Amino acid sequence: MSDIFTYNTMLVLLGTSLLGAASGLIGSLAVLRRQSLAGDAFSHAALPGLCLAFMVVGERNLAALLLGAFISGILGLVVVSLLRRYTRIKQDAALGIVLSTFFGMGVVLSRIIQNQTIKGSKAGLDSYILGKTAGIIASDVYLIGSAALLCLIVIVFLFKELELLTFDADFARSQGWPVARLDLILIILLGLVVVIGLPAVGVVMMAALLILPGVTARFWTDRLAAMLPVSVGFGVITGAVGTWLSAEYANLPAGPIIVLIGAGLFLFSSVFAPRRGLIARWRRANIIDTSLLDLDTPVFEA
Amino acid sequence: MNMIAFWTILVGILAGVSCSLVGCYLVLRKMSLLGDAISHAVLPGIALGFLLSGKISGPAIVMGAMVMGLLTAYLTQALSKAVKVPEDASLGVVFTTLFALGVVLISVKARNVDLDPGCVLYGLIEFTPFDTTSVFRWEIPQAALTLGATTLFVLVAIILCWKELKLASFDPELSTSLGYPASLLHYFLMALTAGVTVAAFEAVGSILVVAMLIVPAATAQLLTDRLRTMLLVASLLATASAILGYWGGERWNTSVAGMMAVSAGGLFFIALMLAPKYGLVAKLVKQLGLTFRILREDVLGTLYRNQERHGIGLSGADLLPGQLTMVRWMTLKSLVRRQLVNSDQGTVSLTKAGQDRALQLVRAHRLWETYLQQNVALPADHLHAPAEKMEHYVGPVLLDSIAEDLHQPAQDPHGREIPAQHSATNSGR
Amino acid sequence: MTKTPILDVHDMTVAYHHKPVLWNIDVTLTEPSLVGVMGPNGAGKSTLIKAILGLVPRAGGEVRIFGQPLSKVRGRIGYVPQRESVDWDFPINVFDLVLMGTYGQVGWFRNPGRKERGWALECMNDLGISDLAGRQIGQLSGGQQQRAFLARALAQKADIYFMDEPMAGVDASTEEAVFKLLQRLRSEGKMVIVVHHDIRSAPQYFDQMLLLNTRLVAAGPTSEVFKNEYLQRTYGGRLMALETAGVAMRDKVPSA
Repeated sequence: MSDIFTYNTMLVLLGTSLLGAASGLIGSLAVLRRQSLAGDAFSHAALPGLCLAFMVVGERNLAALLLGAFISGILGLVVVSLLRRYTRIKQDAALGIVLSTFFGMGVVLSRIIQNQTIKGSKAGLDSYILGKTAGIIASDVYLIGSAALLCLIVIVFLFKELELLTFDADFARSQGWPVARLDLILIILLGLVVVIGLPAVGVVMMAALLILPGVTARFWTDRLAAMLPVSVGFGVITGAVGTWLSAEYANLPAGPIIVLIGAGLFLFSSVFAPRRGLIARWRRANIIDTSLLDLDTPVFEA
Repeated sequence: MNMIAFWTILVGILAGVSCSLVGCYLVLRKMSLLGDAISHAVLPGIALGFLLSGKISGPAIVMGAMVMGLLTAYLTQALSKAVKVPEDASLGVVFTTLFALGVVLISVKARNVDLDPGCVLYGLIEFTPFDTTSVFRWEIPQAALTLGATTLFVLVAIILCWKELKLASFDPELSTSLGYPASLLHYFLMALTAGVTVAAFEAVGSILVVAMLIVPAATAQLLTDRLRTMLLVASLLATASAILGYWGGERWNTSVAGMMAVSAGGLFFIALMLAPKYGLVAKLVKQLGLTFRILREDVLGTLYRNQERHGIGLSGADLLPGQLTMVRWMTLKSLVRRQLVNSDQGTVSLTKAGQDRALQLVRAHRLWETYLQQNVALPADHLHAPAEKMEHYVGPVLLDSIAEDLHQPAQDPHGREIPAQHSATNSGR
Repeated sequence: MTKTPILDVHDMTVAYHHKPVLWNIDVTLTEPSLVGVMGPNGAGKSTLIKAILGLVPRAGGEVRIFGQPLSKVRGRIGYVPQRESVDWDFPINVFDLVLMGTYGQVGWFRNPGRKERGWALECMNDLGISDLAGRQIGQLSGGQQQRAFLARALAQKADIYFMDEPMAGVDASTEEAVFKLLQRLRSEGKMVIVVHHDIRSAPQYFDQMLLLNTRLVAAGPTSEVFKNEYLQRTYGGRLMALETAGVAMRDKVPSA
């Protein structure tokens, strides 16, 4: 066990924890805004941009790859909202169309890249789909850390505005807050976290990492101001424990294990959480039932 | 065409058709994303089926997938009901968790078989022709057999449960009250989704499954308003996507499955642009037609009022102030072509037909003003603007009924005469 | 020189997919008063308020409040949305909710300070919900939720209020409390425009009325407007001519 915590493992651990923190923060708001699946659509839609950027600048230039992924992810979400607004296509189908078509485009492009480049570099793009957590290096950690910090700063400074936007957008608009612009800020942050997380945990797992900490945190608190830090905590635990487990047992893939840890925390919370958990709800329902019975019985006897 | 191409395309077509048939119902019921979720969530079912039976296809895997599909649909609902997780979030939680579970199972237990996660994601349709079984001495690819049977099953299920599925999709409560429990049909549909997903999976991968479930059905929705036609159109679109996908895949030496998804997306885009009723081009043409009709009618109205007041025609340059010269020219040209106005050395005047049309417009304008004054609390000086707009929309039948409602008024609220329907005859009532 | 109207709506039309749901609305309100917006379901009562506040796009027309365009007077407007319009399972407590009313005064980046918090508490007191301050909003009864919404609007310190069905689905004591609040606001010289569904209680609540059924049927002092003739026209179904013409506008072709 002692040899597990090498420098590399520590880096990976730090990277996934920070990623968990960032996605816990931004994902909570997405969950509350009923946009849980926006992260899923974004991460699928990012792939063709990633491939195109790769074709233009080559593998080395990480910034260009991320920019390509970001632009195509944003484009995907723009298409979703255009389809919903101007055609008879419903939101759910619009999301499905965009994520599958964009992803298909990504697969096509990545296969073309594989055919063109020398063997060996093909793993570079493949890892974006299922993630390659062990590949996190120091510069990645800085990048993830900066993204997390940016999310933190924006959310701390705009907490009141974002709270209002999330709870009651109409009221916010009636007070004159620029709702569309605040919306855009949240989408950009979401895209940033997704794009930076993709290489580490992959497309599907990124979507999970955005949803799980938030919905889990919601079980333990009734105030947004507390829910965000709790969600960050769950994000960190999820990332760290998942990484540790997959490092301990060599054949466990890190991305899915991270998700399963998150799902475990979610499951535990949904059952045992004090007020919102299944047991608490069940007991509450029973108390009401028996008290009703107590009231009723004498009436029938009399 | 060689046999390999034939079988690859056939497998693609069968996968596409079976998925898109089920997909029509998903899209209509606004459950596209549940289809997406199920196609991811069947992975652990496949893995378990594989672990139990040791084979990468067959009944064990189909059973495993169906169980996972139903579980996804059930858990999504249960979570949002029992512990109030928002429905989209609970869907996200369930399918990503099951997918992760599947990936872990495969990488731990089934590392060295051809069931690797990559294949699950993109599928290997290119290799399906080589895995054959012999049926009556014919060498038929396993995938073609499985998918053929699946397509047939879906078709039979849809035909047998035609009215029930239609009713439950359109009005679940009515369906339940008529004795066809909507929830039962819901889970039946979910099981079908899981079934087609898993049958198509091995051949074409999970992404293409999603593309085929949703995209052709949504495209068909742009092209028709009838369920029967929609199913047919979706199947045709899926077929076209399979053929285009194969061709594109060969042409650029890339993933056929990915290319099929792209083709389906491309067809969707074309339909979005060119669909006769809901297409953007049709809408644009309609909007342009409206704009020019309004311009023409404004010219007629102006000429009429000018003649009413001064008894003469107008110089073409005085018409449509504020419009581009080009627009003015096109409008006058089309009025002349319709023989509604005469243009003589720059002076424009109404023809007999133009006179009639203009009369109708003025009648519409003045009747509408009168109507608004009677029915809407609007000050008298605010009546003109709405009537100016509405004169282009109210047709003769509606006008007559308004006139009757108002007891054939002779004057509008400003004291101007409301002309009768035709200049030659009086309305006679 | 006439007085500047408090609310001046000029030829406002609201359309969904080019089909008008509100036709040529023309309203001028000059004196501070309690104004009831009345009409059957689907008459466009909420849409009227939302269009005035710029929450749904207007297809035509103009709105001025205190003689100014909307963007200049946002700080003087209070709004109570329909109770069902928000997610009551949202993780905030009653105090947080009421405090939102002060956000407009606080401005960007800053958090509400001691002054705003004190004021929010006062507003809660006025509606008799100060003992619920720490309660999660989902645990409130319908009437309590409505009071919290009203306290939030009160915290806005507005001069003109728009309220969307504040008396829908609440208990009698809440209805009473709402009415008391309305009267107080009027006595403070505020303008209050209330969407109201109950035709029987309306005349005792409101000084003025807007009778609405996709178009404005009548507007004016309750004594002049609350008459059988107008009520019958308001509640007697929609006008066929408007329906037919609306469909023609949606389809972009002249009607039959």
